Amino acid sequence: MKILVPLKRVTDPDTKIRLKPDGSGVDLDGVKFAVNPFDAIALEEALRIRERLGEAEIVVTSIGGDECVEQLRVGLAMGADRALLIKTSEPLDSLAIAKILVAVYRREQPSFVLMGKQAIDDDSNQAGQMLAALLGIGQATFVSKLELVENNSKTRCGRETDAGIETVTVKLPAVITTDLRLNEPRYVSLPGIMKAKKKPLEETGLSELGVVVASRTRVLKLEMPAPRKAGVRVKTVDELVDKLKHEAKVI
Amino acid sequence: MANILVIAEHDRGQLKLATLSAVGFARQVVADAGGTFEILVIGENIGGVAGQLCHCGAATVLTAAHALLQHPVGDKYARIVADATKERGATMVVGAASTFSKDILPHAAALLDAGMLSDVVEVRGDGDDFIFKRVMYAGNVIATVKLEGPVKFLTVRAAAFAHPPKVAESSPIVSLPVTADKLPQFTEYGGQEAKVAGRPDSTEARVVVSGGRGIKNAEDFERLVGGLADALGAAVGSSRALVDAGITPNSLQVGQTGKIVAPDLYIAIGISGAIQHLAGMKDTKVIVAINKDPDAPIFEVADYGLVGDVYQVVPELTEKLKT
Repeated sequence: MKILVPLKRVTDPDTKIRLKPDGSGVDLDGVKFAVNPFDAIALEEALRIRERLGEAEIVVTSIGGDECVEQLRVGLAMGADRALLIKTSEPLDSLAIAKILVAVYRREQPSFVLMGKQAIDDDSNQAGQMLAALLGIGQATFVSKLELVENNSKTRCGRETDAGIETVTVKLPAVITTDLRLNEPRYVSLPGIMKAKKKPLEETGLSELGVVVASRTRVLKLEMPAPRKAGVRVKTVDELVDKLKHEAKVI
Repeated sequence: MANILVIAEHDRGQLKLATLSAVGFARQVVADAGGTFEILVIGENIGGVAGQLCHCGAATVLTAAHALLQHPVGDKYARIVADATKERGATMVVGAASTFSKDILPHAAALLDAGMLSDVVEVRGDGDDFIFKRVMYAGNVIATVKLEGPVKFLTVRAAAFAHPPKVAESSPIVSLPVTADKLPQFTEYGGQEAKVAGRPDSTEARVVVSGGRGIKNAEDFERLVGGLADALGAAVGSSRALVDAGITPNSLQVGQTGKIVAPDLYIAIGISGAIQHLAGMKDTKVIVAINKDPDAPIFEVADYGLVGDVYQVVPELTEKLKT
C-alpha cells in the first residue's frame, strides 16, 4: 500500500495576518510558517493506517519554492518515508495545483491520496475534489472517520456535512480530504527529526513532470475587512433585554 | 452578458434557503451585465423543490431526477452539473457556500477545465468580464480577483447576497435527461446520522445562541444554551472548544472550519472569541456576548457585552425573555 499526502506550506494559524501597504500581498516579514493543519491531519491518518496495517509507504509532496523543504522535513520527521518537492515560483490556484498533483499521482501510483480539505490561507477547499475529477476516481471530502474495508479495496468514511455526519464507502483509489475531527496529529520528536535527515527528499520541476499550468485566478488586491465596531457594555440582564427589544429591535 | 446556472440545494426535498442567496447573486449579475439565469435541481423526488423555485425570475428551472441521484453523492452530482453546464451553455455556475456545493462544484469545474472561486461576497462588471471579492485567511483578508476562462464556477456567501423578491411570472420547468450508466459508481451512500429535531439550522435561523468554553458539560449546554435558544425559537451553535471536549456534536461548530452564520442576532455565551470563531459569525447584524472575562476578544466585536457568570446571567435572561 502506498499513500500520497500533499503538504502545503502556510502561514502559522496563530499568526495575525498583516498586508503589504499597497495591498499586493500578505506581509510575510517575520511570519512563521507551518504545515497546513488539515494536511498534518491527513499525514497523521496515513501514519495510523501504516501502524494498523504493519506496512505502507507514505510519500509527502509539496509544491512551491525551496522553503517548502521545511514542511517536507516536518512530514518526514512525523514519519513519512519519502518526500518530493515540486519546484515552482508561480502563484498557482487550486486547478493548477490539482493538475500538478495528477502528474505526481501518475508517477507515484499511490493506493489513494489523503489531503487536507482546505488550506487555511486561501480557504478555497477545491484542490482535492478537482484532483479526483481530473483522475476520474472517487472522492470523500471533509472526512472525520476513516476505515479501510473489503480487503483494503474500499474506504468507509464519515463525512462532516452541514446536516451532520454522513457515511459513504468509496472504492480505492480515491482522494480523501480530511476534516478537523479525524485525529490529532502527533508532535515531531527529536529522534524523528534525526531520522528525517536520512530520508530521501527528491526535487523535481514542472517540466520534468511534463505539466504546463497557468493560474486562472488573478489576485488584483488584498484588503482587510472593515473592523466591527465594539458596542456598549451593559450592566444588567434587564438593560440587555431592553436594548435588544427597543434599540436593536431584534427580539 | 452572463448565462448563469444556479445549483439548488435541498435536504430530502426541503429547499435550503441559502439557495436563494445564490439566486440573489444571479439576479444581481443579470441586472448589471445582462443575460439570463437558470436554476438546476438534482435529486430523486424534486418536483416540490423545483416548484418552490418557479417564482425566482429564472429563465428555466431545470431538473435532473433519477433514483441514482437520491443522495447528494459528490462525483455523481458533479457529472450532472458539468453536463448541464455544457448543454445549457452556462458561463457561470453558482452555488451557496455550503458543504454540498464545496463537495460538488470543484469536481464539476475540473471536469470542464474551469477555474473556481470560493466564498464570493461581492461581484461587479468589468467590461465584458467580472471582478469578484472573496474572503480568505479565516475572513481576515478580502481578495479582489478575476477569474479567466469561458466558464467560471463560484460559491457565494449567503450573508452577502439578499434573497430576491418573488416575481409573478412562473419559470417553465424543464427536465434534463439523466443517463444512468454515464454516472460514476465509485461511491455507496451509507446514510446520515439522525438530525436533532426541533431546532432550526444555524445557517438559516434569524437568531443563533452559541456556547463556548465557559460551559462545563453537555447537560449545562442543553440547559443554558438550549434553554435560551428555545425561548427565542433560535438555532444553537458551539465553539470549537466544546466540540473538541466532546460536549457538543461537530455539526454545531461555528467558525472558519465549521458553519458560517450571519443571523440577525447571535448570542455568544462563554465564548472567548478566537479569530477562527469570529470568522464564522462576524457578519451577524447584532452580536451579544456574555462572558465573565472582561478582556475576552469577543467583546471587541459585540454590539452588547455583559460581563458576568453565564451560569447566573443566562437563566435570568431566559426567564425574562419568556415573559
